[in-house]
Amino acid sequence: MSAEKTIEFKDEGKMTDDNRGLHYEENLLWEKERSDTSGVDMPKPAGAPLRTGHEARGDIGLPQVSEPQALRHFVRMSTWNYSIDHGFFPLGSCTMKHNPRLNEKLARLPGFAAIHPLQPASTVQGALGVMYELQNWLGELTGLKSVCITPAAGAQGELAGIMTIRRKHELSGESAKRRIILTPDSSHGTNPATAAMCGYEVRNIPTKETGGILSLEAFKEALYKTDENGEDVAGMMVTNPNTCGLFESGVKDMADLLHAAGGYFYMDGANFNAIVGKVRPADFGVDVMHINLHKTFSTPHGGGGPGSGPICCTEELAPYLPKPLVVKDGDAYRLEEDGERETTLGTLKGFQGQFGMHVRALTYMLSHGKDGLRQVSEDAVLNANYILRSLEGHYHAPFAANGHCMHEALLTDKRQKEKGVSTLDIAKMLVERGFHPMTVYFPLVLPGTMLIEPTETESKDSIDRFITVMKEIAEEVEAGDVEEKYHSMPIATPRRRLDEVKAARNPILRWKN
Amino acid sequence: MRYLPQAKKSREEMMKVIGVDSVEDLYADIPKSEMGFGFDLPDHQGELAVERYMGAYANQNHAAPDGPFFLGAGVYYHHVPSTVDYIIQRSEFLTAYTPYQPEIAQGTLQALFEYQSFIALLTGQDVANASLYDGATAMAEAALMAQRVTKRRKIVLGNDLHQDYKKVLEAYMSNFNDVEITQGAPDDASACVIVQSPDFFGNVHKYESFRKQCDESGALLIVVINEIISLGLLPAPVEADIVCGEAQSIGLPMSYGGPHLGFFACKEKYLRQMPGRLCGMTEDADGKRGFVLTLSTREQHIRRDKATSNICTNQGLCALAFTVHMSLLGEDGFKDLARLNHEAAIKLADALRKVKGVKVLNDSFFNEITVEINGDANALIKDLAEQGIIAGYAAGQNRLLLAATEMTQDTDIEALCAALNKVL
Repeated sequence: MSAEKTIEFKDEGKMTDDNRGLHYEENLLWEKERSDTSGVDMPKPAGAPLRTGHEARGDIGLPQVSEPQALRHFVRMSTWNYSIDHGFFPLGSCTMKHNPRLNEKLARLPGFAAIHPLQPASTVQGALGVMYELQNWLGELTGLKSVCITPAAGAQGELAGIMTIRRKHELSGESAKRRIILTPDSSHGTNPATAAMCGYEVRNIPTKETGGILSLEAFKEALYKTDENGEDVAGMMVTNPNTCGLFESGVKDMADLLHAAGGYFYMDGANFNAIVGKVRPADFGVDVMHINLHKTFSTPHGGGGPGSGPICCTEELAPYLPKPLVVKDGDAYRLEEDGERETTLGTLKGFQGQFGMHVRALTYMLSHGKDGLRQVSEDAVLNANYILRSLEGHYHAPFAANGHCMHEALLTDKRQKEKGVSTLDIAKMLVERGFHPMTVYFPLVLPGTMLIEPTETESKDSIDRFITVMKEIAEEVEAGDVEEKYHSMPIATPRRRLDEVKAARNPILRWKN
Repeated sequence: MRYLPQAKKSREEMMKVIGVDSVEDLYADIPKSEMGFGFDLPDHQGELAVERYMGAYANQNHAAPDGPFFLGAGVYYHHVPSTVDYIIQRSEFLTAYTPYQPEIAQGTLQALFEYQSFIALLTGQDVANASLYDGATAMAEAALMAQRVTKRRKIVLGNDLHQDYKKVLEAYMSNFNDVEITQGAPDDASACVIVQSPDFFGNVHKYESFRKQCDESGALLIVVINEIISLGLLPAPVEADIVCGEAQSIGLPMSYGGPHLGFFACKEKYLRQMPGRLCGMTEDADGKRGFVLTLSTREQHIRRDKATSNICTNQGLCALAFTVHMSLLGEDGFKDLARLNHEAAIKLADALRKVKGVKVLNDSFFNEITVEINGDANALIKDLAEQGIIAGYAAGQNRLLLAATEMTQDTDIEALCAALNKVL
């Protein structure tokens, strides 16, 4: 629809002639006419002589627009995004659930937003109280009563957890010999990456041949592979429920063997939404785990963060947790001081974590209560099983015959691939049909995986619409001769498939004149 | 429960399709011994009740608008235009995921591209990533990157770094037995020299001599900036190989320490060793310009234990807040804001010089100064807090670190000086 002759408008640029209906093209800020005035009015500086020891900086090359122009710029861009508030967002392992606006409102109260992390404790008792109460909720829900809420995100929680284990071994004089971390081949990429950041060697445990879950045999083989007593193993990182959406029911026995060998069990809590308020990880042998507040406890994903990844651990590992914890002396709260608890692994994040996320998560927990959280996990699991049973006749469901899934359903493109249609094509057809696709090509245990996590905040009607479209896709592909059509999807979106190879081969990562 | 849409009837119909009589049957794989105890927690509550409960916590805190406020030390009290908070609360930005499906995430992606452009221009570097957790972790990631680039292990601190940044660096490096962190000049075993400007005490530095040390020793120069507004007045650290730090001052509230915004920029030749997400420009199937996440072969979800970092989530929404605020400020507004901050600090320094028992220690500064006081700094801070004045940070037993910004009014400075005159 691009016009034959391009008209260039000063403010809106030459792409404007592609606007139609509610669809607006939007140029980069730098392509707009640089305005005389800023979009923020403030007093003119007095022009006092500088005391910086430098001349004032020259032209930086920043754009300049008025407030209405800036607002319109971002509002137009926003219309090119899909979000949970648009519709079904079944991204497996990411837990895209409803984000209550109450949480946003409360995090913005001046008493939370306009306080400084280094204020005297006496002036921030309410903030410390929020953190302390959040620690308690997480301790109660996991059964792991020692909690550090400072990690910035899930991956940093993993780092904090593995470093907690490492510090314990170090102070026991065992860090030199314990150099291996075990993890199943289905684990999140952050697990081996975290172990490597801590200087560990990663040993994968295969799960493909054992129905997507860890078998005791494979675990034992990995544990005793290079030391008959398993004493070169520092710990194991397992996601439970795992990334195939299955509960690792043998994990307690493995934890017992691991403990006997002197290792510790780290649980990746990314999938806690399936069991929150139902099962405590402490009861199946977990020593330390992280919680993604931006998954289970609904702090918004924000297009890729901020997250928050508190860790919870046993009393045995508590001395080694990162600093600072919130402690209560009588009626008063305070942060741990320098020099206090010298067994700590140290500080992993500036100040005391993503406090704004702590406020949102505690608000979410208080809103749900223990009865609501239990219903959260039950509905999440019910919804996923409903999808699994509704689609297992249309798609290859590799582990469906073994029993129920937890909060996410795993399918693959095995049947569609025979007709030339891949998981990527199915995902792009879902985009065309108005959905955000499921997680694709993860976990890596099988080719062409599709991991579907509906969460508890979808109605049956919404899920039925997704199932109907998924069935239609399967039937259309089954009928054959749709390869070309599927490869060309999506077409109704503001942009069609993007050339990722070109982006990587010749990286353009910033605006340049 | 207001957030859960399933009706009882729907649940029953779904159980029929699945072939179970109760939801408990779906948990059959979980050993009974691991289930069935109670939680010592309250039941669900309505919005009003939760608002009252959390509001009571908020009311216990002394917020910056409640009185004169001079605390900085890496987190700064600034004004955020109302448009910023409106944009970041739009559903399409707030409730979107990381843009893995670019056809339906161009809004987030274009914003990230603009964010990267802003950071690259401000820092005088070639490329910037799509953000990291905060300034302290960004600095630790920069040191790890310097180790990968130079294949050397030693880290040299060139001047007075923020204490939390130093602690985080020490913790990240404690995982390795072969890393030494020293103060002073680099040698041929050094991976990098880290320089903060303004430094922890507010002094502004020049980079030429550090650059020379690095050229001679083969170490990378890492410049850390934890007040990004300073880049509207101070020269860009073009001498650096990596520039990183904290960008909370643009678009984000102090929020008791987070979420904030770690920025990270470097020279193009080090691009493939960079941590974190990158957004790049490309074309779609019709040849139209679009944006995607790119160079992900560096990242954990592809490379697993060989990745450049375990970073997954970044601070996407914070980077958006920064981008909106920067676009509102523009070139002139950003520079005026920097000047206003500097001029507020000049006023503060001049007023403090007149207080008996106070000595200003800085030869140069941007918006933060260190003073020596005739007394114990922590006791003084407590004392003034009781009078409703947040006086600053104790940077030593009798040293006080104070920041002034565009929020600081003449009356705030007068109140501070009057209180100091009484106490000292």
